[in-house]
Amino acid sequence: MKGRVLIVDDDTALAEMLGIVLRGEGYEPVLCANGERALPLFREHKPDLVLLDLMLPGMDGIDVCRAIRAESGVPIVMLTAKTDTVDVVVGLESGADDYVVKPFKPKELVARIRARLRRSEEPAPELLEIGDLTIDVAGHSVRRDGTPISLTPLEFDLLVALARKPWQVFTREVLLEQVWGYRHAADTRLVNVHVQRLRSKVERDPERPEVVVTVRGVGYKAGPA
Amino acid sequence: MPRVQRAVRRSWRRSVALWRRSLQLRVVTTTTVFSLVAILVLGNSLITRVRDGLLDAKVTASLVEASTGSRTAQEAFDSADRSEAPAVYDTLVPDLVRTLSRAGGEPDGSKDVVLLRGPDVDDPQAPLGRSSFGADVDAVPNALRAQVQTEGVQQWTYSKVLRNSGKTVPVVVVGSPVLVPQIGTYELYFLFPLNKEEDTLGLVRGALLLAAFGLVVLVGGIAWLVTRQVVTPVRMAARIAERLSAGRLEERMRVRGEDDLARLAASFNRMASSLQQQIRQLEDLSRVQRRFVSDVSHELRTPLTTVRMAADVLHEARAGFDPAVQRSAEILQTQLDRFESLLADLLEISRYDAGAAHLDAEPTDVVGIVRHVIDAMETLADARGSELVLVIPRTPCVAEVDSRRIERILRNLVVNAIEHGDGRPVTVLVASDDDAVAVAVRDRGAGLAPTDVTMVFNRFWRADPARARTTGGTGLGLSIALEDAHLHDGWLQAWGAVGDGSQFRLTLPRRRGVELQGSPIPLEPRDSARRRPLKVGEPYRTVGAPGAADG
Repeated sequence: MKGRVLIVDDDTALAEMLGIVLRGEGYEPVLCANGERALPLFREHKPDLVLLDLMLPGMDGIDVCRAIRAESGVPIVMLTAKTDTVDVVVGLESGADDYVVKPFKPKELVARIRARLRRSEEPAPELLEIGDLTIDVAGHSVRRDGTPISLTPLEFDLLVALARKPWQVFTREVLLEQVWGYRHAADTRLVNVHVQRLRSKVERDPERPEVVVTVRGVGYKAGPA
Repeated sequence: MPRVQRAVRRSWRRSVALWRRSLQLRVVTTTTVFSLVAILVLGNSLITRVRDGLLDAKVTASLVEASTGSRTAQEAFDSADRSEAPAVYDTLVPDLVRTLSRAGGEPDGSKDVVLLRGPDVDDPQAPLGRSSFGADVDAVPNALRAQVQTEGVQQWTYSKVLRNSGKTVPVVVVGSPVLVPQIGTYELYFLFPLNKEEDTLGLVRGALLLAAFGLVVLVGGIAWLVTRQVVTPVRMAARIAERLSAGRLEERMRVRGEDDLARLAASFNRMASSLQQQIRQLEDLSRVQRRFVSDVSHELRTPLTTVRMAADVLHEARAGFDPAVQRSAEILQTQLDRFESLLADLLEISRYDAGAAHLDAEPTDVVGIVRHVIDAMETLADARGSELVLVIPRTPCVAEVDSRRIERILRNLVVNAIEHGDGRPVTVLVASDDDAVAVAVRDRGAGLAPTDVTMVFNRFWRADPARARTTGGTGLGLSIALEDAHLHDGWLQAWGAVGDGSQFRLTLPRRRGVELQGSPIPLEPRDSARRRPLKVGEPYRTVGAPGAADG
């Protein structure tokens, strides 16, 4: 069993089909047809990943996303029929790590899920410094002056990717490949939103970032240690 | 000097422009000019009549006074003691002249008297001529003297006299002969100065001028006021019409009173209301329609995803099916791809139609995007046997663009060039100047007819309906590319010649919101058939298969 996936989608045919595809890939799907039941099911099954339809009857997908994010750093992949910037950004800002736009190819979805679950392999003990933060890669923790800062796995990965090569400027495309596992060019808004979210957690003043620095016209780099 | 000239020319041009633009100025000016002319004509005739009247009266009075004077003189001569002649006249003549000049007139010398010897007086003892103001004999015009001498009765004329003060004064000269006993005929002239009449006339003229000036100013002012009454509502109508056309449909004119202007305002407002209503209806209709397209596209997505996954599962398992089912699964798969891209393009277009497209622009090196696109297209180009040639400047071409959209435009152009390039090389040229960055994609295929050059951007337009589509475009690609270019305030233009391929040129301003003035790349490629003969060092052109001479 590669992992347990909670599928929250009101379209039963799609949910069932998702279940079939994921089971075929070796995952254990748990189906949920409406937003209100999502949180209880999440608590009950403790999935390794959540597939969430943004437009749900009852509780809105955005609210479900926030509720889950409030109690767990579990990877959340949104399913959305909307590609407008506002919708995507709202979804990402409410805590989703990645999103897949309908209609998607099953392989694409599986690649996204795999990328989000890939990180379970045991990393070598490693201690990194970025800005005035200390990152314990194996221990999965970030501290400023000894105070731990709570990050989701994705935010952690993003920070580690930048901290490992503080001399390098990362374009959004490179970050998409390294952190999200996109092999082809994808939506760079993912990077923008997550950098903002990361900054809001790790920067002393998110308006004047010192840990994750923007390089205008190119991308981002780690701030000086 | 040239600066002065320029300033003069500029102010002249400004005045001409103002004259053309302002109805009020024109009306006020023409009214003023016409009333000025009318007043001048009227005033002139008035002054002439006043002068004639004044002079007539003066002449009549002068003639009467002169006759009286003549009679007095004749009586004085007749009653003089003849035995003492001519010595008696030496005292009589000056006395007479003094008396006559003072008689009946004002004492300030308002009238002068001249007594002159007639031509028939030849006695050297006879008294000389005499005048009341020194011996200015020349004051009497010779023509009048001749008349008096020949006619022998009272004659008069106008003349001018130089006074001691140095002023020339107009006068009425009245003359008549006086018979001096034993000596002969003398001529007695009276000079009545006209300075009083002249003063009166000057006063009248001054008053008239003042009145004329006042009247002209008044008429101009009235014209200004009256036209203002008319022009103000017209200007308001123009201003409101401009606002209406700028999209502020709720703007209306103020209606006051019941006159023609109020009627104009009322009908204007009615027109605006009906326009607004119709535009609203159209907007609603188009909003509903756009909404519908968008909703349909969205609603289609979920079932399409399900079908897609089901088809994929079938496709994966097709090895175990019999050949017909196997082929069906494959066809299902490829057609779903096509369906998907069509749906995606439709959605993109509907987003543009709804005005919901949003530009995520930041300074980006366009060369980088071009390289990225070319790398991704190598496989397709290889499959079609087309070589992709990239011509780029040494320096980066940074512009404020949304790289996702620019990449989409370029991918579209390059795919089209490969698809229509008939296996010949496709050139991608990047160039920039201070204001713009341009990318041109040139193919050397069958080419576009000049009439088709604008049509290519139409939705679902196909150059040749009979032509098979192999790369499976949706027919919306160039329309979307054009919208993407417009979103950047950029240009996307096509050039084509039958048999000479085509070139699509994308021009983007370096900074957002700056209007493009030109493109660093000419629309027609430098190696087009038409331009090639002009190349230096190429005396003649081989006529052969189109594109064969390219290299």
